[in-house]
Amino acid sequence: MIRFENVGLRYGMGQEILRDLSFEIEPQSFQFLTGPSGAGKTSLIRLLFMSLRPTRGLIRVFGRDLSIIDKKELPELRRKIGVVFQDFRLLDHLTTYENVALPLRVLGKEEAEYRSDVIELLQWVGLGERMHVFPPVLSGGEKQRAAIARALITRPEVLLADEPTGNVDPPLARRLLRLFTELNKLGTSVVIATHDMSLLEQFNARQLVLEDGRMTVYD
Amino acid sequence: MKSPTPPDRRDTPPSAPASPKNRAKKPVALKTRKKPTVKKKKGSGKSGGLRPSAPIVPPQTVAGRALALVVAIMSLLACLTVGAVTLVWDAADDWQNDLVREITIQIRPIDGVDMLREIDKAIALTLEFPGIESVQALSDDETRSLLQPWLGEGLELDALPVPRLIQVSVSDPGLLNIQDLRISLEEQVAGASLDDHSVWTSRLSAMAGAVVLVGFGILTLVLGSMVLSVVFATQAAMAGNKDVVSVLHFVGAEDSFIAREFQRHFLVLGLKGGITGGLVAVICFVCIGLLTRNSAGYAGADQFTALFGSISVSIPGYVGVVAVVALVAFLTSITSRWAVKAHLRKVD
Repeated sequence: MIRFENVGLRYGMGQEILRDLSFEIEPQSFQFLTGPSGAGKTSLIRLLFMSLRPTRGLIRVFGRDLSIIDKKELPELRRKIGVVFQDFRLLDHLTTYENVALPLRVLGKEEAEYRSDVIELLQWVGLGERMHVFPPVLSGGEKQRAAIARALITRPEVLLADEPTGNVDPPLARRLLRLFTELNKLGTSVVIATHDMSLLEQFNARQLVLEDGRMTVYD
Repeated sequence: MKSPTPPDRRDTPPSAPASPKNRAKKPVALKTRKKPTVKKKKGSGKSGGLRPSAPIVPPQTVAGRALALVVAIMSLLACLTVGAVTLVWDAADDWQNDLVREITIQIRPIDGVDMLREIDKAIALTLEFPGIESVQALSDDETRSLLQPWLGEGLELDALPVPRLIQVSVSDPGLLNIQDLRISLEEQVAGASLDDHSVWTSRLSAMAGAVVLVGFGILTLVLGSMVLSVVFATQAAMAGNKDVVSVLHFVGAEDSFIAREFQRHFLVLGLKGGITGGLVAVICFVCIGLLTRNSAGYAGADQFTALFGSISVSIPGYVGVVAVVALVAFLTSITSRWAVKAHLRKVD
């Protein structure tokens, strides 16, 4: 689905922060992306999500070579990838419901078409009673779940989550991880960036370990 | 009322297995499940207490309010310009109409020629032309009173070579061929000449044209300034809403969608500003009309009325205000779309 070959990344004229990355995200796979803080996990997530272009190497996303792809085709590819950011990136002037429904509005769907889907997904993530609430009054865990619901609403083929358990207590972190594994069982490839070693110990999954800009893959 | 199940008690997603096959069919495959029960807000309708979808670009920002004010002021200036131009144009049109509807025939005294016979001949000849309402030669008394300020009382007209005037009222200037009338008079009536005030009307026409041209110039400058203000405001809005733009990008929005959302935002803003400016301009027009009516009798007001007629903006002026409001909204929306697209190209 997503394939990296000898990918390198540097910001400006600085030194390379990611070096010779070669790996593949297989369909229906589950992997942790880990490494110490500042190892480049977020930059790698941004590369996976096509919001950054590599300074060298080849990235193929759903069979398309990103170096030659037309800019107009990027939104179509991005819709196949759901992203949960560490800082949630919910829009404060929209309610929880409207935030989760945003990707469907972007697709040009009418509200009547998606209303029940959004409500059911919100209930599933435990935010059924909080759908009219604006993000500033949601707790960290609720924001995290709203961000996850927004990432899932269009049923993406790949889910990228950057430190999804970074702002929640351990029991909620375990529940969110169970949610990700359930999604994976339903067919979504999941990439979770985390530096929480206890999570890695709880779930036996493929690990992509970043250190000094280089990656080691433990299958 | 069914309460939502938190993920710790209900980890199964509300969807059928997401094989690529069924993923392609529905964005979220929830249709096989029971329809969810949603707690309705008091007074809510069919939408389960959901408000109508809020605009994606936040509507109320300080920069937005400032721009609405700028647009309102620019619209007011543009509308006032349109009002002033129509006022001058109408006045010039009235002057022109008055002048065009009246022409004068002058019969100069010539030795050996009976002037009264020539006057009758000129009247008869003029009445043959279409578009003539009435033809009347000035009587001796009228001619005397006309010359009295210069030549004093008790003037003997026969003793002086005073030309006689024939006043012609025109009912339809379009029908009357003044050039033909002039040639006929000069050929058939001894000492006749025709004055159709064409010098005055051409000067008035040139003046009115110049006023309209200046008005359009001012209008262009005002609208140009507004367009520039919108460009800067759009850039500020893009900078202020970079989180919104970034979120829209990562949920797969195309640049055209983002531009459309900002365009809608600025269209509403332009309409609000434009309508406010237009309304204030209309109030100004009405107030000026009332003031000039109420100040009738004062020297200044009478002078003004003599020059411009009644100071009230005509229907074309109000149509112009509506057109300015529509133009302002259109320009605001198009400019913002262009500025957003330029910004997105730069960002990428």
